[in-house]
This record gives sequence, C-alpha cells and structure tokens, in this order.
Amino acid sequence: MGRKVAVVGIGHSKFGVRNDVNIAELAWESIKQAFESANLEAKDIEYVSVSNVGGWSGEPLPAVVVSEYAGLTGKPLYRVEAACASGSSAVYNAYNAVSSGQVDIAMAVGVEKMNESPTPTVVEFIGRAGNYFWEFENFGLTFPGYYALYATAYMSKYGATEEDLCQVAIKNHYYASFNPKAQFQRKIDLPTCMNSRYIAWPLKLFDASPITDGSAAVILASEEVAKKLTDSPVWIHSVGAASGSANLSKRNDFTGLEAANIAAKMAYKKAGLESENTAKFFDVAEVHDCFTIAEIMAYEDLGFVKRGEGYKLVKEGQTYIGGLIPVNLSGGLKAKGHPIGATGVSMVAELSKQLLNKADKGRQATIKNGRAIAHNVGGTGHYAYVTILGLDKPKD
Amino acid sequence: MSMDLSISRFWRKKEIIYKLNGAKCKSCGKVHYPPKNACPYCGSRELELVELPRRGKLISYTTIYAIPEGARHQSPIYYGLIDLGVTKITAELTDIVNANSLKKDMEVEATLRKTQEDRDAGLIYYVLKFRPVLVQK
Repeated sequence: MGRKVAVVGIGHSKFGVRNDVNIAELAWESIKQAFESANLEAKDIEYVSVSNVGGWSGEPLPAVVVSEYAGLTGKPLYRVEAACASGSSAVYNAYNAVSSGQVDIAMAVGVEKMNESPTPTVVEFIGRAGNYFWEFENFGLTFPGYYALYATAYMSKYGATEEDLCQVAIKNHYYASFNPKAQFQRKIDLPTCMNSRYIAWPLKLFDASPITDGSAAVILASEEVAKKLTDSPVWIHSVGAASGSANLSKRNDFTGLEAANIAAKMAYKKAGLESENTAKFFDVAEVHDCFTIAEIMAYEDLGFVKRGEGYKLVKEGQTYIGGLIPVNLSGGLKAKGHPIGATGVSMVAELSKQLLNKADKGRQATIKNGRAIAHNVGGTGHYAYVTILGLDKPKD
Repeated sequence: MSMDLSISRFWRKKEIIYKLNGAKCKSCGKVHYPPKNACPYCGSRELELVELPRRGKLISYTTIYAIPEGARHQSPIYYGLIDLGVTKITAELTDIVNANSLKKDMEVEATLRKTQEDRDAGLIYYVLKFRPVLVQK
C-alpha cells in the first residue's frame, strides 16, 4: 500500500471573476497560504503537480509559469489533466510521489482562469468534451445537454422533480453565503431557481455551476516529516480512481456515473470500509455538483443511500448540517464556483479545514468520526476520483 | 472555433453519417457507433461495417436551448439518447411538435435531414435525425 501520506498545508484563493491577477499570481495566492500553514518554504518542496485544463487562458504551459513565480523552479514539475477532475488527479499524483517513497514533501496546485475567454468560447470548449465530432459538432450536444440526458433518465426512473434538483442549488448557495472564498455569496430561494431559464431541459441556469477563476493548493508529506511539521495532520486514507467511455452512448446506465461508483468502491476497499450505507463513516462530504443532478447521483454512486433515493436525501434536508451527512458545505461547484483545474484540490483543502474544525462560522460540520470524503468527476463521467481523508492515522 | 463543419471530413464519413453504419466486431460480436478500426470492447481489429436498425427507443432526451455560436438560430434542439437494440446512439430528434410528447421508451426512427449550411460555399449538410414513429390506429 505504500507509505502513509498526510495533508500538512492548504491554501485557497477567492473564487470568481479574477481579472485582477494573472494565472501565476492567482496560483500564488493559494501556494503562499499553503506554505504558511505548513510552515514551509519553496526550497522544502520536492515535487510539484499542477492541474490546469486551459485552452481558454493565455498560458499554454501554465505549470512552469506558476512554479517560477512561486520560487519552485528546479523542482520536478508536472501539469496534469483529467478534465473537471484534474485537481484530484494532481493530488493523487503528489500522493503517489510521497506514498511510493520518491519524495517526502510534494505539492499539488490547481489553477484555472476561465474568464480570459468570452463565455460562448468557454461553453464551446466544454461542449467538445468527449468524442466531439460525434456528439458535439454534428449534433450540437452541449455539456449541459449531456447531464440533462442523465437528469431525464433519473427523473423518469425514480420520479424526482425539477423542484428536487433545485433543492441542491438552494442548499449549496446557502452554505456559500458563509464562505468568503465563494463566487456567489448569496442565498437563493425555490422560485429563483425554478424561474431561471432552461439551458438544457430539465436543467436550468440555477442547476448549473458557473464559469470561474480560482486556485487551491495542498502540501502533502510522509509520516516521518508530517510528525515534525504539525500536531494536526489530516491523513489521506485512500484514493480511488476510474474512467468511463469517451462516447456517452457506450455507457450502460444513465441514472448514475459508473466511473464514480468504481472509484468509490476502490477508495472504500483501500480504506477498509464497506461500500454500502456509507454515510455513517463520514462527518462531511464534498461532491461534484457541476449540475444539481450530479450531486444527487453522487449520493448514490458513493453509497450514502440506495439507488433511487438520492433525491429524497436533499428533499428531506439530510445533506445539511445535522442531517445524515452534510454535503458541499463550501457551497460546492454550484456556488463556490468551478475553476475546472482547481476544483479537486479545493475539495481536499476544504475537507482538511472541516476535519480540523477551521471552517467558517455557519458551515462547520460536527466532527465525530474524523473522516471526510471527496468525490470529483471529470467530463460527463469520463474520469472519477474519490479521496478519503481522516484525522486518525490510517491502519497498517 | 465555431460549429462549422468540414466538407472533406463530412464526405469521408458519409457512409456512417448517411447510412447509419456501425461497426460489428467479428471476434466478440458487439456493435458500436461511431465505428472504429479496433473494437473498444475486446481490442480485435476484425470489424465490419453493418447498417444499424433505423428504429429505436428513447432512453433519455433533452431540449437544448443554449446553443453554441453558428447554430444558435436552431435553438431549441431536441436531443435523444436512443437504444437501437444492438447499440446505443445519441442523435438530434426532429418533427417534435410538443416537447411534452417526449417520453422514455418512445419509438423513434431515422430520417435524413438538413443540419447546417456552409457559410462560404453554401453547401448543405445532411445528417440522420430521429423522429417519432407515428402510431397507426
């Protein structure tokens, strides 16, 4: 299984429209905080993994620009990409470097500047995800369109309604209102969501995550080094990773994301946890709510509840603080924002904060089990990463 | 970037686009669309083009309102994920009078329709779209 790995430093920029900084400055906001929280300097870092999808922003090789600005020139450096799950792939990449014994201290940085291109260009870029010639160019299937196909299939199978989907948006906007780093710090009500215009029926504007600039960073360390650095390490208990077919039409099921389910089972197995009825293991979760339907499918793909019961969780308020399992207390992709390459790193940073009781007032989960779970999806289920974090040192 | 299509590429793919040809793997028997030179299921390179059934059932559907530039005048586009029995396909739905008429398991059939016009040469591109099968009573 390799060596034990802990999160020893975290950083998170303000998410939103960040035309005030360039990509290196934006990444530095998070890197600087991560250095400070870990009590480390650039010279201590032995490995750097930068996640960025790009295309819409000016720097085609962002990793070198980011690392030079942060004083990390000379270190082993990677730019990794797994669509919207790029951030988790960077964390996994850095985790593997430490776990394998290659290095003792590694850093994962996620950064994205989507607002450098006009919105239609960004929407088109995202629409080309998958097998673009066959699903986008000839046929005009947009990215929200893919998730709309999942939403329609889910709703017609289980009876969930558009109101139920909106409950996800309402919850995530509610918690984002307590998060100063979030893009949208305002609450919304049901009519606001229900009356917003359709993008791809049954999905409306308020079912969708926004176009966001932002960054996040985490510093990972081996057990030996972590002990010296901090009294409060957050351990990475396991990472599950999987992928799905390029063509949507090659998938078997359209009421859940198979790749996410495979990744979840892998993460549970590695962490020594059962893969059913799993909500009880965790105090808090961050899941990939690029669209509201995606959060509902995540509840089921992660095994919090049985198939077909995910929408009931949010309907009954069970994913608020005090419910079965609080989900997306950061505001999620929906309201915190979704700077594609930064999202997965942001999830790990956020959950580390939650576990250490350092989240902002109004959105701190009650920590009892000392365990948290991150679920990050790339594309429409093309990539999936599930990361389990905990306060207790993982068992041997 | 835009929604512009390439004339030469469209020509090369005409067997697939106009005839609804998929690829059948001679080794594992699976049929897939769009066709590739290697089977994505078993890796075999022994494949043959087969005409896919032109009728199928809707697994799921959506009405897309936010359309990329270049095709915005077509908004809204009805879109379906269709089970053809031997394989599944995503395609535009056409002849939809009322979006509420779309239902899971609804029978649809392929029909050749215009999709776009070339901006410079004026060439008209056709693709197979799917329309509801009218029930004879």
